[in-house]
Amino acid sequence: MASKTNKAIKISQKHLLGIQDLSINDVNLILDESQSFIKLNQSKNKKLDVLRGKTQINLFFEPSTRTQSSFELAGKRLGADVMSMNINNSAIKKGETLIDTAMTLNAMHPDIIVIRHQDSGACNLLSQKVNCAVLNAGDGRREHPTQALLDALTIINRKKKIEGLKIAICGDILHSRVARSNIYLLNMLGAEVNIIAPTNLMPKDIEKFGVNTFTDMKKGLKDCDIVMMLRLQNERMTSSFLSSNREYYEYYGLTPDKLDHAKSDALIMHPGPMNRGIEIDTNLADDINKSVIKEQVELGVAVRMACLKIFCD
Amino acid sequence: MKKQYFINANIVDPHNSINELGGLIINEEGKIEAIGKKVNINNLPTREKPIDLKEKYIFPGIVDMRVFVGEPGYEYKENFRTLSNAALSGGVTSVVTMPNTNPIIDNVSIVDFLKRRGRDKSMINIFPCASLTKNIEGTNMTEFGLLQKKGIIAFTDGIRTIQNTQLMSRIMNSAKDLGSLIMQHAEDLDLSKNGMINSGIIATKLGLSGIPDIAERIIIERDLTLLENIKCRYHISQISSEKSIEVIKQRKEKVKFTCGVSVNNLSLNENDIGDFRTFLKLSPPLRREEDRISLVNALKDEIIDVIVSDHKPEDEESKRLTFAQAATGASGIETLLSLSLELYHNGSVKLETIIKALTSNPAKILKINKGNLSIGADADLCIVDINKPWIVKKEKLISKSKNTSIEDKKLQGKVTNTFVKGKELFKL
Repeated sequence: MASKTNKAIKISQKHLLGIQDLSINDVNLILDESQSFIKLNQSKNKKLDVLRGKTQINLFFEPSTRTQSSFELAGKRLGADVMSMNINNSAIKKGETLIDTAMTLNAMHPDIIVIRHQDSGACNLLSQKVNCAVLNAGDGRREHPTQALLDALTIINRKKKIEGLKIAICGDILHSRVARSNIYLLNMLGAEVNIIAPTNLMPKDIEKFGVNTFTDMKKGLKDCDIVMMLRLQNERMTSSFLSSNREYYEYYGLTPDKLDHAKSDALIMHPGPMNRGIEIDTNLADDINKSVIKEQVELGVAVRMACLKIFCD
Repeated sequence: MKKQYFINANIVDPHNSINELGGLIINEEGKIEAIGKKVNINNLPTREKPIDLKEKYIFPGIVDMRVFVGEPGYEYKENFRTLSNAALSGGVTSVVTMPNTNPIIDNVSIVDFLKRRGRDKSMINIFPCASLTKNIEGTNMTEFGLLQKKGIIAFTDGIRTIQNTQLMSRIMNSAKDLGSLIMQHAEDLDLSKNGMINSGIIATKLGLSGIPDIAERIIIERDLTLLENIKCRYHISQISSEKSIEVIKQRKEKVKFTCGVSVNNLSLNENDIGDFRTFLKLSPPLRREEDRISLVNALKDEIIDVIVSDHKPEDEESKRLTFAQAATGASGIETLLSLSLELYHNGSVKLETIIKALTSNPAKILKINKGNLSIGADADLCIVDINKPWIVKKEKLISKSKNTSIEDKKLQGKVTNTFVKGKELFKL
C-alpha cells in the first residue's frame, strides 16, 4: 500500500519517543504512509498482512480508551499478533519495576512495544532496556507523538497544508503532553502557534518553544484557522490551580461567542476525552460543520498503522 | 608511632595562613610537631630519612559538612566502614552525618549506638547531626540540649525544611539558649511540591514538575529575618541559585550566618540531566548555567563559606526507575576535592579559597579543632598530586553505592595519601 517514493527514505529513529526526535523527513514519511491507510480503513476488507508474524505488546499503565483501542486495532489490521497487558492484573501491581517488566517482556521477543505511562521519560527508560522498537503512547506530561501526528494529518486533509496556518492550542497546557508534541510538530510544519491558558496552567518558559502565549482567549483565538481544545486534567491537579470549573468555562471554555474571534471557517479539534460544559460547549463539539473531533479518532488508526509499519521495519 | 618527616611539599593551610613550599613533622602521638618552610633537609636530624614529596600538595584533612550514611536502616546503601574508606580515598578525614536514617536520629538513645558504630567501624572522625524535629515531621523539636551533651554536633532535618515559621522561631530561640548550631535545608515545601528539577525550559521540555529558585530564596529571607531578632548559630546547608546569593550578599552585613554549596551545583547545570539521567536528580536541583556561574563567583568572593559533597549514596534499585520514582541524590565524597579543584585549574577560584571552604571554614562553623595544620593538632591531612589527570569510573568507586553525578568526567588532581591522627590510612 505504501507509495513507492517512500521506499528509499528510512526513518531516522529506532523508536518513536517524541516529536522532538523526528526530522521533517521522518514526519513526512509517517504522514504519507498514513494517507494510504485512511482509504483502507474505510473499505470493506481492512486486513493486511504487512506485520504478519510480528508481535506487538501494548503496555498501558494509565487508563486509555481511544489510544489503546486505536493501537490495538492498528496492529490487528496490519496482521500483527497484538497483546494488551492489563496492568491491574499484572506483576506491576505486585511491585515489579518498569525495567523488570521490560526485561520480562523483552524475553518474549516482541517486535514492538507500545507504552503509555504516567511518568515523563518512562518510554525513554524502556527503550534503553529492550531490543525492539518502542512507540510512545503518552508519557506523563512530556509527549504524545501519535496524537500530534494524527492532528497534523487531520488538519492537512481539511486545509490541504499546515504551513502558514494560525493554530490555537487552548486549555491545560501545563499537564498536557498533547500540547507539547503538537507545539513541536506544528512549528516544524510551519504553522504559527498560539497558546491560550490561565497562567496557573501555563508551563514555565513555554514561549521559548517559539509560540505566542495568551491568557485572554479571545485575543488568542483571533484569526485562527484551527482551535485545538485540551482536556482539563483534573486527575493531575494536586493543588488549587483553578477556582472552579464554572469560572474556567466562563473564561476558557470554547463557546460560540469566543469562537467568533477565530476565522469563520475555523475547525475545532479535541484529543478527547472531552469534559463537555467545562472546556467546550456541547453543541460546538458536535457541530459537524466545525468540529473534526470524530475525524481525529478515525485518522488516529491510520497514523498508528503507519507508525507500527515504519518502526517495525 | 614513629616520627614522620615530609619535605619539599606545597603546604596550604588557610587556618594558619600558610601557603608555601616546606615540610611537616608528625610526632609519635600523631600530632603536628612542626610545619612550613623552616622544615627542610638542612635542619632535620641527619639520621632521619624524610619523605621528599616532590612539590606535591599537603592540605588539612577535608571536613565534609553534608554526608548521608546508611546506618542505621540503609546499610545496603552505605555503612560506616564503606563511608570511611570512600572518604579517605578523597582526602576527607571528618564528616558531618545527616540524621536521615531509619530510624531518624532524633533521640538520645540512638546517639550512643551511632557513636559506637562510628567509632568501631570507621577510621575517620564522625560528627553526627540530630534532627531538628521528631521524625523530621516538622512539628515537635528534639532535645537539643540533651542530644548535644551526647555528642551531637548540629541539628538539621537534612532533606526537609522547617516550613512552619512559628516553629522555626522557637527552634532558633532554643538554639540560642543552648548554643546549638542549626542547619536549614532551604526549600519551601509548598512551592517545591512534586518538583524534581529546576523550574524552567528543561523541566517544561522533559515534562517534569519544577522546583522554582524562589522556593529557596523565600525560606532564606524568612530565616534571616527571624535571625535579626534571634541571634543563634544558623547555617544554610546548600544554596543553588543566583537569587539566593543576592539575598545573602545583602544580609551578610546585618546578621551573622553561614552558608554552603554542593560541589554538584558548582560544576554542573540543568542541561546535564539530558535524557532523564536519574543520577542528576539532586536536592537542591541543578539550575541554569547563570546560577552555576554566580555560585562560583560567590565562592570566589567568600560569600559562600563551605563546599560540601552532599554525599547521598543510593543503590542501583533506587535509581533504575523513571525520573519521578527515582531517589534523589548522588554519591560524591570521594570526588569532592578533585571536582572542587576543577575551579582552581580553570582559573575561577584561588586554591586557598577552595581549601578554606573545604577545611577551616566548616571547622570554624562547627567549632571543632579540625581542618587545620596547627602545631599540636591531630595530624589529619591529605597529600595531593594536584595535576594528576584521572577519569571517574563508576566501577572504581569505593563507596557502596555507585550513583556518581560525574560518571566519565575527566578530573585533574588526585589524593595520593590520607592521614588521620598521624596514621596513613589511605595510599594510592
